[in-house]
Amino acid sequence: MQLGVVDFIILIAYTVFVLGIGFALKRFTKTSSDFFLSGRSIPAWIAGLAFISANLGAQEVIGMAASGAKYGILTCHFYWLGAIPAMVFVGIFMMPFYYGSRARSVPEYLKLRFDEKTRGFNAVSFAVMTVFSSGISMHMLAKILVPIINVPYVDYNVGLLISAAIVLLYIFLGGLTSAIYNEVLQFFLIVLGFLPLVLLGLADIGGWSGLVEKLNPVATGQGFQPGTWTSLWGPTASPGANPMGVEWFGMVMGLGFVLSFGYWCTDFLVVQRAMAAESMSAARRTPLIAAVPKMMFPALVILPGMIAIALHFGSRSGGFLPVDDAGKLDYNMAMPAMLGRYFPQGVLGLGLTALMASFMSGMAGNVTAFNTVWTYDIYQSYIAPNRSDNHYLWMGRGATVAGVAISIGAAYLARYFDNIMDMLQLVFSFVNAPLFATFMLGMFWRRTTGHGAFFGLLSGTAAAALHQSLTAPKGAWLAQLFQYRSDMAQNFWTAIVAWTTCFVMTIAISLATRRDKSDEELRGLVYALTPRVTEDRTLAWYARPWVLAVAVLGATVVLNCIFW
Amino acid sequence: MTLDIRTPIGYFFTLIGAVLIVFGLVSDRAIYERSLGINVNLWWGAVLLVFGLFMLALARRAVRNPGKPPENVS
Repeated sequence: MQLGVVDFIILIAYTVFVLGIGFALKRFTKTSSDFFLSGRSIPAWIAGLAFISANLGAQEVIGMAASGAKYGILTCHFYWLGAIPAMVFVGIFMMPFYYGSRARSVPEYLKLRFDEKTRGFNAVSFAVMTVFSSGISMHMLAKILVPIINVPYVDYNVGLLISAAIVLLYIFLGGLTSAIYNEVLQFFLIVLGFLPLVLLGLADIGGWSGLVEKLNPVATGQGFQPGTWTSLWGPTASPGANPMGVEWFGMVMGLGFVLSFGYWCTDFLVVQRAMAAESMSAARRTPLIAAVPKMMFPALVILPGMIAIALHFGSRSGGFLPVDDAGKLDYNMAMPAMLGRYFPQGVLGLGLTALMASFMSGMAGNVTAFNTVWTYDIYQSYIAPNRSDNHYLWMGRGATVAGVAISIGAAYLARYFDNIMDMLQLVFSFVNAPLFATFMLGMFWRRTTGHGAFFGLLSGTAAAALHQSLTAPKGAWLAQLFQYRSDMAQNFWTAIVAWTTCFVMTIAISLATRRDKSDEELRGLVYALTPRVTEDRTLAWYARPWVLAVAVLGATVVLNCIFW
Repeated sequence: MTLDIRTPIGYFFTLIGAVLIVFGLVSDRAIYERSLGINVNLWWGAVLLVFGLFMLALARRAVRNPGKPPENVS
């Protein structure tokens, strides 16, 4: 891949615009509410696109293309099963509590609904997760993009610092609004940057039918039935029939229920975007609007991976994907290899800028979630309460600098200590899992107590760690009682165990402890004690949350049937 | 009235579209071998340009009709 002047013009123009948006928003950022919540003034469509863009971290574009190559269309379950239903749920059922309670963060909702210790536990574990996730995004950006861009004097270190400085600067200036606005720009850039790649790839390989045909030998070559790479549910009858090593039950319960709802409904990174919306109805529509592009993203990020593996094993160009240090196929290079294969100079710059945008949006999402949780839920709650608003605004900017600095440290940790990072990612993969049980019980069962929530959550997390310690292939630190077919199957089952434990323990402990909040205190926080949100009659019929929800779910069912 | 995000998005894609179109017109045909012989810079540049202008038009219309502001007042 040889970049030309035109490619650098595009990369530089992007950087200028991203920073320009930060500078333009600086004068509108006067209070801590502006900085952390965008003054609750973001229209639904902007919040919705930011919601989906913040979720587009390094894991998404690079990782989903890699999974598309490794597992084929099964990867789409991460979207149509593992995202859409939960996004609809959070919009319709949970937003009335999140937005209606005026909580400024997810941990703060836990404080209002339960108690201080539950908030503290969630705030600290979440803050740690965000800085590490942002560090991983930065590491991937520097590791993958720096060798491609290949400019003198820009090595891994310089690339890392430049990307960190850009993200730091635009959040420092304009806070959440700046992150959200840039996420919208990044969203369009990602769509418009990868779309020509998909079109060219499909045209080259003979359309969908050509791809199906070329992926059959990929499946049979690895000992699976033909069609395994191109059918969604067919190969999930038993764990041995597909490359993910998961059967339909583990897929539906582990991914579709526990992990998906745990992430989309409780992760402040995405929920923050909806909390910044201008009204209750805009907040409810945020995840529903986001679900529309989310549903289409497999075409942009998974399809290129599938085309890449077809090209790799196809007769015409063997050795399309490079081999990593361990001698295995480096699936992470599927997307960069596709860019190099089909894009001439010009659109190549656009594609690389889109790749950079996806890393930055993931990074920025984590940094804004971190600075808010740090300032509101840790600093204001435990370290320095009752200071002036200006003081917290100042602290938010300070936390942004600190968050980026810690992320840089985490990036180096990821670079030099692969196994530490692997373990951390393993831990993160089950931290959210039990949390959804806490939220579900908290929102729908008024009898749930603070002790029940806290110790239920603790036991759920402990159960996850224990399950991971006793089973293989990953973990098995204590003993190996069971061998799953793949990391993914193990991860799904860890989540199921964590959720069930948390659910059962929270109920048991709640029943055994005294109710600590009266109905009056729980108004607006629990379903039965909150007046139903009346539909905003001024909205056009197609913009009403229920209509959107039904449309999105219907379309998802249709997609599942088409690719069954 | 804060910044309407459609304005910078509009300018960005108009600019990138124009850059790609110009590059598509002056570039050597040989580089399009990898994009299946299609002058993808010219065509995709046109798509980006149209998208950028559309965004600018939406932003301008919002300024003219402040009846239902898409960007809420802060």
